[in-house]
Amino acid sequence: MFNYTFHWNQALRSLPQMLDGALVTLQIAILSMAIGLAIAIALTLFRLSGNRILGGFATTWVEIARNTPALFQIYMAHFGLGNFGIHLSPYTALLVGIAFNNAGYLAENFRGALKAIPDTQARAGRSLGMTSLQAFRYIVMPQMLRIAFLPATNQMVWAILMTSLGVTVGMNTDLAGVTQELNARSFRTFEFFALAAVIYYVIAKAVTLAARAFAWRMFRY
Amino acid sequence: MIEIENVHKSFGELKVLKGINLTVDKGEVLTVIGGSGSGKSTLLTCINGLEPIDSGRIVVDGTDVHARGTDLNKLRRKIGIVFQQWNAFPHLTVLENVMLAPRKVLGLSKAEAEEIAVKQLTHVGLAEKLSVYPNRMSGGQQQRMAIARALAMSPEYMLFDEVTSALDPMLVGEVLDTLRMLASEGMTMICVTHEMKFAREVSDRVAFFHQGIMAEIAAPEQLFDAPQHPETKKFLAATH
Repeated sequence: MFNYTFHWNQALRSLPQMLDGALVTLQIAILSMAIGLAIAIALTLFRLSGNRILGGFATTWVEIARNTPALFQIYMAHFGLGNFGIHLSPYTALLVGIAFNNAGYLAENFRGALKAIPDTQARAGRSLGMTSLQAFRYIVMPQMLRIAFLPATNQMVWAILMTSLGVTVGMNTDLAGVTQELNARSFRTFEFFALAAVIYYVIAKAVTLAARAFAWRMFRY
Repeated sequence: MIEIENVHKSFGELKVLKGINLTVDKGEVLTVIGGSGSGKSTLLTCINGLEPIDSGRIVVDGTDVHARGTDLNKLRRKIGIVFQQWNAFPHLTVLENVMLAPRKVLGLSKAEAEEIAVKQLTHVGLAEKLSVYPNRMSGGQQQRMAIARALAMSPEYMLFDEVTSALDPMLVGEVLDTLRMLASEGMTMICVTHEMKFAREVSDRVAFFHQGIMAEIAAPEQLFDAPQHPETKKFLAATH
């Protein structure tokens, strides 16, 4: 059973290609977070607006994003939309799918953060003559960001790992896609995937540590 | 001058204020006493327009607070309010807490706002705490910071809503001392309080509220030593 001979050299020789793939992975994760953040802010405002249609739209988005597999969300973006004549490339479909997922989770995160700040904070600002916008901008928002920040970095890590689902829609330039192709050519499955896992781990860990260092500097109260 | 004319206010079915008439002159210190739910705290939040009223009128220096078109943000600059829960802004240092409104509302420069904030914080005895975050301070210190924060806007009126009720008994004294100091400086103040000794000592007049009605208003000696209204007598007997 254990007469397998490891061939790490072959995997290590492909490291530059895999690191190029890692850059694509990181790029998709960052873009999907940026898009997800923008949409999450809009969804949060929709839910606060009191408008039933906007609120319903936002709630539906959050519910689907959080309660269906991320894999299906990416499938839908690639194959599902294809049925309606909307053909997205694997790259775009992956980006759309993850951004959809990010937006849902981040919107819920923002809502929780907002709820955690007592109304009396804004009220104290208003009683000092601030407009409601000023009270939000200078009193509520900074506190909200602090609460939302670490969960948001978890989502960033999750986005990095989710990019690996791209192989199911034919993505072949990100880390998982590159690894899968190298594996198909060499059959050194264990070595290539182990090396890819190490790269994912290092990226995810670096993001987490950088976020913590940033939070430590920014939110010192 | 604050003129309150026949003010009614309900929260849903609950009638909190049932026709309050009251005038507070410039330089006067009025304390308001009464049981929980008597409407005394609600009256304060109606005076600076944080709560709307159902009917009647509240006029501050000729401005009808609840009239359509009244710029409440502008009005609130001259009516400071401090709450039972001091509502320190936890993400800002003590100095920044006090500087925020002068900078953003009055549009002062950083240096000007800082000068005012340092002056007010020194006034309330917090000169040593400028760069501390509020959660590192006692409730009494945070409450004094909240008072400095309101004073930094140079208000002409100060409303105090049971500012010692949430404090450890050991810390009540330092906050009351701050209020005494303001009273002696001639600040126009309305203090809702449960501190009878304090009320007797600093007030020009004391008002007793009972179930949304101002049952009695008189000079402190009169109200405490010879109350007229049966409910006032009952309340004072119970609190002594």
